[in-house]
Amino acid sequence: MGKRPASRRAIVRLLVLIGPSLLYLLTFFLFPLLLVFAISFGERGTYGGVRWVLNLQNYVRFFDPLSLRIFGRTLYIALATTIICLVIGYPLAYFIGTRSPRWRNGLLLLLMIPFWTNFLVRTYAWLLLLRDAGVINLVWTGALHNLVSALAAAVPIPLWQPLLQATASPIRIYGTDSAIIIGLVYGWLPQMVLPCYAATERLDFSLVEAAQDLYANRFKSFTRVILPLTMPGVVAGSILVFIPSLGAYITPDLLGGAKSIMIGNVIYSQFMSARDYPFGSAVSFLLMAVMLIGTLIYFRLGTARTHVTDEGGI
Amino acid sequence: MTPRQNAVQLSQVSKRFGRVTAVDDVSLTIEDGEFFSLLGPSGCGKTTTLRLIAGFELPDRGDVFIGGKRQGETPPYQRPVNTVFQNYALFPHMNIAENVAFGLIMRKVPKQDILRRVSAALEMVRLPGMEHRRPDQLSGGQQQRVALARALVNEPQVLLLDEPLGALDMKLRKAMQLELKSLQERVGITFVYVTHDQEEALTMSDRIAVMSRGRVLQVDPPHEVYERPLNRFVADFIGETNFLVGVVKAAGRGKATVAVDGQLPLEVPAERLPGTGEEVTIAIRPEKISLHAEPPDQRAVAGTVDEVVYFGTNTCYLVALTDQTTVTVRCQNQQVGQHVSFPQGARVYLHWQQESVRLLRE
Ligand SMILES: Nc1ncnc2c1ncn2[C@@H]1O[C@H](COP(=O)(O)OP(=O)(O)O)[C@@H](O)[C@H]1O
Ligand SMILES: [Mg+2]
Repeated sequence: MGKRPASRRAIVRLLVLIGPSLLYLLTFFLFPLLLVFAISFGERGTYGGVRWVLNLQNYVRFFDPLSLRIFGRTLYIALATTIICLVIGYPLAYFIGTRSPRWRNGLLLLLMIPFWTNFLVRTYAWLLLLRDAGVINLVWTGALHNLVSALAAAVPIPLWQPLLQATASPIRIYGTDSAIIIGLVYGWLPQMVLPCYAATERLDFSLVEAAQDLYANRFKSFTRVILPLTMPGVVAGSILVFIPSLGAYITPDLLGGAKSIMIGNVIYSQFMSARDYPFGSAVSFLLMAVMLIGTLIYFRLGTARTHVTDEGGI
Repeated sequence: MTPRQNAVQLSQVSKRFGRVTAVDDVSLTIEDGEFFSLLGPSGCGKTTTLRLIAGFELPDRGDVFIGGKRQGETPPYQRPVNTVFQNYALFPHMNIAENVAFGLIMRKVPKQDILRRVSAALEMVRLPGMEHRRPDQLSGGQQQRVALARALVNEPQVLLLDEPLGALDMKLRKAMQLELKSLQERVGITFVYVTHDQEEALTMSDRIAVMSRGRVLQVDPPHEVYERPLNRFVADFIGETNFLVGVVKAAGRGKATVAVDGQLPLEVPAERLPGTGEEVTIAIRPEKISLHAEPPDQRAVAGTVDEVVYFGTNTCYLVALTDQTTVTVRCQNQQVGQHVSFPQGARVYLHWQQESVRLLRE
């Protein structure tokens, strides 16, 4: 008898505590999501509105060769960005994580300083660096080309010929997938470094010494002890880079030129210029599904990797 | 060529960390099959000495030899030693069998041998059937045994142990001391054992090196370290000791005659003869002193009982001499009802065998 009011009080307290965030999520997350989901089954009105019918037309439309090619490129760019971030970010995180505490904070600060500048501005800076008449190509076709010409004049050997030819014209980076990948890696690198750093910092280095005491050389102590124990950081970092790369919009817009576009740009143009809300919503939903499935698979792989010795050992 | 090879030899080894000299000109010879302890207070350089042998630190000066071979800059994974770490350092992402097998796998021992040796090692530390547990599912004492098995399974020339029982409770600790000792005798592997617990060192070791501030002060078997401490630090650190200041009245033929508390001169054995009139410190263990109501002979020192503390197996008397030094005396309670022979304030005479006293070099 005496228990009922107590448990009711507990429910009230629970509602009071989680109520605000629950309300926030319902209003600004779940409701818009459902709205977009509903729109994705609708039809574009003649003047851009939504006609509320129930069809799968928008989803079917996505599976045309053009959309699929853009989608494939998006996947490739996001994957390449994640892998490059991992290859650069993990060693960097490990380096920072193994410094003395005094150095660590300074190094982390250096990592974060660029983020005090607006993302758009920083991406625009890459445009100025990469484009045909950009800083890099000015040096390439200017100073470097002149230097090679001078050397070729002074020491006439055939070795210079390919170099002369290469520096005669600018390198085409702007407007390619590579430009987008460079921009994305630059943008999301800290998202990889921070979780990897946290994992490294948490790593108990007496375990590494124990491995070395038990005849594991540096490589073996890395693959058998350090990597498995920092794997949670690798998984978290990869997801934090992969997801925003998949949905990237500003970077491909600025650095990808007219040709290299990603799925984010498709969604943007459906909503802002084509005014085809239903198709834009359908593409958004497909992208979300891919993100969700990709994340789940990756989590599985990541946790399986941590316990790989279950089967791999004895 | 000596028949017994040296398992480990440190030759004038020094190691500094910035301003701190953790190990200061240490020379040690540890024999094959020996249970050798490094004993000293926290921060005296025991762990650093062990890490120098294991190869986790390289000496600034001096050489480390293992099995007669100069180690130089040999990395830890190429040294024929294994370590039982202070916090055990079991791999949390592997089960017990994988932990124990790690060293064998790294050395590419055939799989059948690995399985056999792992279960033999777990049997040896009395943990059979635990193969598939994870380290965090074991108690502290069990983790300790796994750490031991993980090191011993490799049959190293030397096993290094850094305060392996430090995290265990008192009772388990006592049991493990005996178990470790008998294990060492069975496997015949040289143990280098680090501890700050003097009782642990005394009960387990064949020989003890007493360390202080990076230096080795004395290397001797337990009874020697206890009965014949070389200096004040060793006498003070190991067991209880009374230090009495006296003046030398005469010296000669391996003996010094010292007047303590301005009282009758006492004869003290002296390896190095002090000069007449010199002020010296003599050390005497509390249990080596007997109390008497009347002076039993000419060599007794008089005092007054200041305090009496009953300890069960013994009773402790604090006796004040006239110069205000307090002498601790422990009397074994051999008979029921005799636990306090002298009440507070009683006049007593302190007496001891001549050989029980040590004249200390500072
Ligand atoms: N890696 C290190 N860096 C700086 N100082 C150290 C390091 N390791 C040990 N020391 C110092 O060296 C001294 C001896 O340490 P240690 O060998 O751990 O002593 P013990 O094991 O006897 O307690 C201490 O003063 C300690 O602070
Ligand atoms: Mg220590």
